[in-house]
Amino acid sequence: MNLSNRTKVLEQEEMTLSERIYLPAILGGMATTLKHFFQKPATIRYPEQTRYLGPVYRGMHILKRDESGAERCTACGLCAVACPAEAISMVAEERKKGEETLYREEKYAKVYEINMLRCIFCGLCEEACPKQAIYLRHDKMAPVFEDRNEVIFGKDKLVEKMDQRYLRDGWK
Amino acid sequence: MKVTIDNITIDVEPGTTIMQAARQIGPHIAPPAMCYYEPLKGSGGKCRGCLVKVTAGSEKDPRPMPKLVPSCITQVQEGMVVENTVNEQVLEARKGVVEFLLLNHPLDCPICDQAGECHLQDFSFEHGVSKTRTVEERNTFEPVDLGPYIKLNMNRCVLCYRCVYTADQITEGRVHGVMHRGDHAEISTYIEKAIDNDFSGNVIDVCPVGALTDKTYRFKSRVWFSKPVDASCDCGKCSGKVTLWYKGDDVIRVTARKNIWGEVTSFICNTCRFEKKKTSDWKIEGPMAVPRHSVISANKYAANKITPAFPMKQAAEQYKKIDDNRDRSFLNAPKELN
Repeated sequence: MNLSNRTKVLEQEEMTLSERIYLPAILGGMATTLKHFFQKPATIRYPEQTRYLGPVYRGMHILKRDESGAERCTACGLCAVACPAEAISMVAEERKKGEETLYREEKYAKVYEINMLRCIFCGLCEEACPKQAIYLRHDKMAPVFEDRNEVIFGKDKLVEKMDQRYLRDGWK
Repeated sequence: MKVTIDNITIDVEPGTTIMQAARQIGPHIAPPAMCYYEPLKGSGGKCRGCLVKVTAGSEKDPRPMPKLVPSCITQVQEGMVVENTVNEQVLEARKGVVEFLLLNHPLDCPICDQAGECHLQDFSFEHGVSKTRTVEERNTFEPVDLGPYIKLNMNRCVLCYRCVYTADQITEGRVHGVMHRGDHAEISTYIEKAIDNDFSGNVIDVCPVGALTDKTYRFKSRVWFSKPVDASCDCGKCSGKVTLWYKGDDVIRVTARKNIWGEVTSFICNTCRFEKKKTSDWKIEGPMAVPRHSVISANKYAANKITPAFPMKQAAEQYKKIDDNRDRSFLNAPKELN
């Protein structure tokens, strides 16, 4: 069907002998492939090898503890209200007597969840946090998940482990 | 009686205060109020947040008043000229007032249940500075339970006396008041005497800060995560006109309805406030009108119009260059990949 009357009919010229035997084209392709054997590959073998991500890379979230190991988060909800993807949710709880070493403030997050399918790693939660509790790590990406049940990260995955502390240059 | 406030002239009744005249013009002209509360007789004149400059006392005596005057207790006179937001001296004085009110304030907004509807937050956001200059230790008190429903956190109190006037005027027989003087002044009840009056819960609503909070709502949710809905019920004791605050399908809090100045329009009883926390107890009237600039409307309605000037200013003040001297030479690797 012709709608515009502007269609051009291409006339293909007949192929020359060298084109008809295809051999030069095949050899040319082979040569390009062979050249790449001796070049530095553009890709790396992730996850065995990792690239330098830069000093301000926004990767996996971490809920920081303070020097004595108490959780900094007070469930103030500012990260959740700042989050443009609405990925963060939390349930607050009052600190009881005897838990002063576990939680820094009177109130703490009993549940803190980030939906990693929703998160867009914009870092607004980090900027909103008044207690320096949540950070996006510059050295670690969010892990790959294969199942939908794994995508909501709770406190077990987010809270900093005291034996593997996350410290950033220039924090002092 | 003609009075000019910020170059806007308005005709008011004799006996009106500058504050009331300014409120008649509109919220962009009205001075902030931390202690003045129109429904309570005798309130006002304590926080100094509403200081204004009177550039002409009256028509007969057009000399300016020598000092800034508190607008909530100063009555207008014929031909008075008042400067509120247009006067540099007033704005400077308000910065000082905010600083004084925050001298002993713990600044624990991330924990406080009032955050988001706190008048002190609004006041310091609009008129204060974002830094504190004091290093001295702040007055600290232990939180006290006033009866089964009310928590008193003296640290946050700004001594506005609103709750005292409420207890005096709304309830019969006040059992709490302000003890001691000056820097030692504090809100207290007579030794552990519980507030068990039927209308005692209203002190939570009139409190401009988080000093008096609802124990049944304690740490349940942040204000901006709950949805306010106007509702009513047939209550023998009060008008039954309330605002329900929903989180999901649960009523997590019941408060009285407030007007645009944050003042309760009709006080409600404790039964309505603390015990009726089921949707079936209420007749829903519709969603509460929330101003666009309020944080309560965040994430609920499209196009939040929060002016970015304040966060931009703060970001510029707090900007810190990251000190990172790791080897980055390999980033500039020659790019010769065809």
